[in-house]
Amino acid sequence: MSEVTVHMSVNGTARRGRVEPRKTLADFLREDCVATSVHLACEHGVCGACTVIVDGVASRSCLMFAVQADGASITTAEGLANPDGSLGIVQDAFRQCHGLQCGFCTPGFVVSVTAFLQENADPSLEEIREGIAGNLCRCTGYQGIIKAVQHAAATMAGTPTAMTTSTEGN
Amino acid sequence: MAQAHVPMADKHRDRAPLFEGTAARFVGQKVLRKEDPRLVTGHGQYVDDIVLPGMVHAAFLRSNVAKGRITKLDTSPALALDGVIAVYTHADLRYVPGTIVATMMQAMGGAACPENLLATDDVRFVGDCIAVVVAESRYIAEDALELIDLVVVAETPVVNLEEALTDTHIVHKELGTNITGTIDIPRDPHIEGLLTESAHVVTATFNQARQTNSPMETRGIVASWDRFRGELQLHMSNQNPHEMRRRAADLLAVDESKVHVAQQDVGGGFGQKMFMPREEAVIVLLSREVGRPLKWIEDRRENLMASNHARRDRATVTFALDADKKIVAGYVDINEDAGAYPFGGAGAGAMAGMLLQGPYKLQRTAFKSYAVFTNTCGRAAYRGPWQFESVIREQMVEHVARRIGIDPVELRRRNVIQWEDLPWTTPMQVMVYDNMSPAETLDQAVEMIGYEAFRAEQKRAFEEEGRLLGIGFSLYIEPSAQNMGALATEGATVQISGTGKVDVFMGTGSHGQSIETTMAQIVAEELGVHVDDVEVHQGDSNTPFGGGTGGSRTASIVSGAGRAAAIQVRQKVFQIAAHLLEANPDDLEIDSSVISVKGTPAGKTVTLAQVSHTALYATEGLPPGMETGLEATARHRQEAVTWSNACHVCTVEINRNTGAVSFARYIVSEDCGLMINPMVVEGQVAGGVVQGIAGVLYEDFRYDADGNPLTTTFMDYLLPTAAEVPIIEHGHIETPSNTPGGYKGMGEGGAIGAPPCVFNAVADALWLLGVEVFDHPLGPNEILDALATAG
Ligand code: FES
Ligand code: FES
Repeated sequence: MSEVTVHMSVNGTARRGRVEPRKTLADFLREDCVATSVHLACEHGVCGACTVIVDGVASRSCLMFAVQADGASITTAEGLANPDGSLGIVQDAFRQCHGLQCGFCTPGFVVSVTAFLQENADPSLEEIREGIAGNLCRCTGYQGIIKAVQHAAATMAGTPTAMTTSTEGN
Repeated sequence: MAQAHVPMADKHRDRAPLFEGTAARFVGQKVLRKEDPRLVTGHGQYVDDIVLPGMVHAAFLRSNVAKGRITKLDTSPALALDGVIAVYTHADLRYVPGTIVATMMQAMGGAACPENLLATDDVRFVGDCIAVVVAESRYIAEDALELIDLVVVAETPVVNLEEALTDTHIVHKELGTNITGTIDIPRDPHIEGLLTESAHVVTATFNQARQTNSPMETRGIVASWDRFRGELQLHMSNQNPHEMRRRAADLLAVDESKVHVAQQDVGGGFGQKMFMPREEAVIVLLSREVGRPLKWIEDRRENLMASNHARRDRATVTFALDADKKIVAGYVDINEDAGAYPFGGAGAGAMAGMLLQGPYKLQRTAFKSYAVFTNTCGRAAYRGPWQFESVIREQMVEHVARRIGIDPVELRRRNVIQWEDLPWTTPMQVMVYDNMSPAETLDQAVEMIGYEAFRAEQKRAFEEEGRLLGIGFSLYIEPSAQNMGALATEGATVQISGTGKVDVFMGTGSHGQSIETTMAQIVAEELGVHVDDVEVHQGDSNTPFGGGTGGSRTASIVSGAGRAAAIQVRQKVFQIAAHLLEANPDDLEIDSSVISVKGTPAGKTVTLAQVSHTALYATEGLPPGMETGLEATARHRQEAVTWSNACHVCTVEINRNTGAVSFARYIVSEDCGLMINPMVVEGQVAGGVVQGIAGVLYEDFRYDADGNPLTTTFMDYLLPTAAEVPIIEHGHIETPSNTPGGYKGMGEGGAIGAPPCVFNAVADALWLLGVEVFDHPLGPNEILDALATAG
């Protein structure tokens, strides 16, 4: 099958590749751009594990072809850590609130929640539940994820919720 | 949020206490997970992230009819496609069918299903594997599947339990029957008398709906055969690296030492990845034929229709109660759908029968259980494989309460085993309960939910507004951390590097259980080091043998091995330190890797790094005759199961127009013994609860009358989302178990307690209209149907 050249910026790095027109954006990111945070858990647009930000919009990369993202700027979960490698606010909130177990759904959630909080910085509990209902998690029962969204929103607003952590021991 | 925490008396005070030098610094604390930094940033490594030089890709041709004869299978058009390397059918597989134990019933003498790894001359369920294409890319492999010329002549399939039991049509022609196993513990005359002559005798039939594990990461494997070394390297999404190694070696007829299984991160399993199913076995065999690393990643459709199913059970149960409303006898007839090719964990009806009495003082029980083959996806373990016992019993308790006119909480209180009744021997004399608190968890749940107030509000809301509110309980006990065979044993190696850092090697296969954190807590506590200085290495067959991560066994059994190894190493650390400090080992303590003489805060100290440097790099400084190094391997054998228990209660409302169920509250009062990490405990409980709720309200894997699956995408098979789930409140009662740390298993309990709890709440709401329901699922359609019968 003939191949076409695509260019995109992935987490700030310019990427160029030759792809078959039928290659999905998810496969391009995973295979050609070492962005393996992009997980495929359904490949039919329901689970949200493959969510990435395409030109500012949270998108399901399993439902897009790489050629459709030609010229786009893409952010994946890898790109949401701080430049020094420390956890971004949403990532840290997932850790503090035990918002993950196996971690397979997590990068998709981190991306979706980041986009959600950009649109609604102070969501109610019901808005959070609806806002993340496009992502599936089989492990957590969403309890820690809902708390993580609340925690991240509060941290962004400068009023972090009290999380009683004792990593340092007593 | 209300949180209650009640410690119970420790009946095992003679247990060695946690090391006093650092007691409870890490164990019992909410220690944040070591796994998280890599996972939240997207740097986990799951099997599909493995890319090996020269790797090629496999895709399976699957049957789209439930039962039929293959009359044509021409793979040559596929082979002609550019990029296709080979196409394989059953005739190409070189293996000797072995002795896999597909069902627990089979282990007890039931019929084994044939070990056809690919279809031979017929297909037996929709999704049955017929051929495998190996190609340069997955895209090409899937293109080639379309080119295979396949003709299947359909035959009449066996789609449900009723049809299977008649043996009119046979799933496995080699067997001549659909019954894979039967267990019959007949009613003796005494039980017979109680079941016919007691003051109250109630019988009901319950059905449970078909559910599938649905880990977010599907199955996957990369198998790489090195023909010059005669060795197999396996990367695999699995729960049980030692089992996978054994199975792969058996299939290839090579020594186990020639197989290495490794994985880093596994995206869930819930029982699906505990044993090696047919597809992975085929990939193992073909890796030797292909001679290049071979990858197979299951897609979601395959995972839903062809990985494994569970929960399709039916039971008819009779309870007899005396005039005091004490349950005096129980009998249950259980039928289980094992599908076409079941593997590990199917045939659980025997356990369900034996556990029928649950937490109640029920003196007499008997049961009969059948497991049958059908032309559907095979059954395998799913979180709480015999949870049907709790479904049957707890739904029955509330059904009986409605029938004989007693409050369901009062009925439970009259019958529940009390603290002073323990130890308690079960009616069939095979199990002894101890170290559990069913009565206490019931009390805690009743108090947390505010039972009396809810009943008043329920009455008011119905009478004044016609609203249907309901409350449901479930009370169960769970034999966790099995003490049978390979499941009873685990080992751990603890070793300290020359810089004083700790490596721990364990045979577990974590797939979300936080093992790298909780087991580090245990070892850190015993060694007197910071938890950050301990790395747990697991998910690899180059570890001490273990029975895998499943069956709620890690906290009890694996920790027992880790703790024992850590204690041995600590003793040696003290001997070397005593030599360096010119002190007596018995007088030493260690805190944060600094060893000092007890009670001399300003005295001489030596660090763990100095001790380990001596043990490895400056060995002439060791006490005379002492072996070099600081490492120990220890094993733990589980002598008795631990009895975990919990009471679930939830309140719901039924929308009379849509049939939808919404939650008001969901409470779990859980006793899993001492908790290693309460955050992890609550996470496991919550995950299990939501899976259990989903099995009743949302998920329902359906087939049509011809055996065609109807729910093969996440648009049809409905996993719950954050919009539906209740916010779960936790109560903790801690009854230390008799294991070294006082822990009990708790990974499965949420999924055991939740289905009857939510079912009972919906049934309670419907009872306001005088309507009764008996079957899962209870989706909007079923509820609207039930409402319609109220007239
Ligand atoms: S993999 Fe894209 S939505 Fe599920
Ligand atoms: S953490 Fe496992 S699927 Fe969400």
